[in-house]
Amino acid sequence: MKILIYGYGNPGRQDDGLGDAVVQLIEQTPIPGVTTDSNYQLNIEDAALVAEHDLVVFADASVNAAEPFEFTRIHPASEIAFTTHAMSAPSVLALCEELYQKKPTAYLLAIRGYEWNQEQPMSEPAKNNLKKAYTFLLDFLKNPSGYDCHKT
Amino acid sequence: MASKITIEPVTRVEGHGKVTIQIDDSGKVTDTRFHIVEFRGFERFFQGRPYWEAPVFVQRLCGICPVSHHLAAAKATDVIVGVGPEGLSPTAEKMRRLMHYGQMFQSHALHFFHLCSPDLLLGVDADPAIRNVIGVALKHRDLAVMGVMMRKFGQEIIKATAGKKIHGTGAIPGGINKNLTIAERDAFIKGFDGMPGIDKMIEWAQASVDLFKNYHKEHTAMIDTFANFPTNSLSLVRKDGALDLYHGVLRAVDVDGKKILNDVDYQEYDKYIAELTKPWSYMKFPYLRSIGRDKGWYTVGPMGRLNCCDFIPTPLAQKEFELYKAYTKGKPHTASLHMHWARLIELLHAAEVMKNLLNDPDLQKEELVRKGKKQSRGVGLIEAPRGTLFHHYEINEHDQIVLANLIVSTTNNNEPMNRAVNEVAVKGMSGQKTITEPMMNAVEVAIRAYDPCLSCATHALGQMPLEIKLKDASGNVIDVKRR
Repeated sequence: MKILIYGYGNPGRQDDGLGDAVVQLIEQTPIPGVTTDSNYQLNIEDAALVAEHDLVVFADASVNAAEPFEFTRIHPASEIAFTTHAMSAPSVLALCEELYQKKPTAYLLAIRGYEWNQEQPMSEPAKNNLKKAYTFLLDFLKNPSGYDCHKT
Repeated sequence: MASKITIEPVTRVEGHGKVTIQIDDSGKVTDTRFHIVEFRGFERFFQGRPYWEAPVFVQRLCGICPVSHHLAAAKATDVIVGVGPEGLSPTAEKMRRLMHYGQMFQSHALHFFHLCSPDLLLGVDADPAIRNVIGVALKHRDLAVMGVMMRKFGQEIIKATAGKKIHGTGAIPGGINKNLTIAERDAFIKGFDGMPGIDKMIEWAQASVDLFKNYHKEHTAMIDTFANFPTNSLSLVRKDGALDLYHGVLRAVDVDGKKILNDVDYQEYDKYIAELTKPWSYMKFPYLRSIGRDKGWYTVGPMGRLNCCDFIPTPLAQKEFELYKAYTKGKPHTASLHMHWARLIELLHAAEVMKNLLNDPDLQKEELVRKGKKQSRGVGLIEAPRGTLFHHYEINEHDQIVLANLIVSTTNNNEPMNRAVNEVAVKGMSGQKTITEPMMNAVEVAIRAYDPCLSCATHALGQMPLEIKLKDASGNVIDVKRR
């Protein structure tokens, strides 16, 4: 199974970098079959990247997720966000399905953040949430096929 | 009773833009304002930081155009280290140019396929739920694949030149920290991992220009009259008048094409340009000092650039430029939707420039950095995808930044965007008492033509509602719509 962990957000904006941070942690101890990528935001070209994988975990900061994080199964949806230059994870999946006829299993790891200023580093509560999200993700990656999405 | 119609925030532009339309008792539009809700006082974050960090930390300002900030800051610090924008080694300058034209290519491709093409291919009055890139994918799959691949090609160019996608470090004061390997060069020329090479990018860019021209032929009146108003234009041009997106002198022309800022050195930009504040917007209103506050405003971006330059120094784009100029008999273009036309000509130009650079052996040479006599002040300008971007720094004896002033592209287009909203409001909304879908669409199409970037980056989940409010003269909300 080819797995992609894709973090997105701006590490220069404090907790907005949670998605990229969890990817960096994964990269410290590479896991066979798991590839990683990160960027400031999702965009149309990510549909091509997603199409090359069987399972995708999108990791992002969230202003309102339950603490310390939420992990939810997501599906293709044509929900274009109110921004010019970014897409939501479900809309990337929808574009992937339309353009490449691929429908990988996908999850959204939404890590709760608190501070969004043009500063570094991230807040202490966000760091704590990051640790818990990372621990969860490592456990999930041991047997992703057996994961019961109703448990979280 | 006079009413105030408020549309907030505008869909598919960054951050929270808000449009307020004031109508009188008879329903006539009397005033319009395009507000920027987010405070952008980011200059204070620069103070006290060492100048050499600027090219990296400025990227935290914006997740949309970090390369533009990276390169504008690098150009300003080139001046501070005594090298200046024209003193870089050929390898350093050409690597930066490759990075910049790669960015221009991906940004223009994204704007066209993600934003413009849904309006053109599906109709500006189509249901917003389907009037998007996924709707285009459903009906025009080949075109959507083309857009995805063009965007990806540009992103890979950025990665190869800046070092990584997030917080790239390619440009440093006085130069660059890597050259382009033979393997990287060959991959972009021949293609890689299912990605076509540069010749296909040029072919696709030409097809994009043709697509717009065909649409224009079928919808001439709408394209030519929608939000069309007289404007000055401003951009960098090469010293010989050529279009140059990386470096040059500063030129402005009026609505007749007469030069009103005659190829000046941008190190002294503040002698020529001032910024006006207005109580109802956090975003400033730049203007040419010589023309004055009321009439000195100008348009930047693709249309502004093609209004200012004399020619385009690549053959295919030059051919399109000649057709473009002939359409207005050599006069500057003023129709807001011609911004799309100009953007696609630049897309083609960017692809041609990338090909030239990829075949230039200077990119494999080893002289990456130069040094000179340190200066206490440096200004860096670049033509970002959305228009002219100004970075100005001053440092103290400890190399710390003590003053920073940035004029971002969207700020330069603040007044034109307000004018565009006013144009469509006066023509399309007079007599309306409620917010209709066509009303919203018209305002969005007008603003979107300028490709504004309003919030500079924070995008975390759950932050982007669309809400439309109708207020009476007392500020009471009498109608609310959410999309």
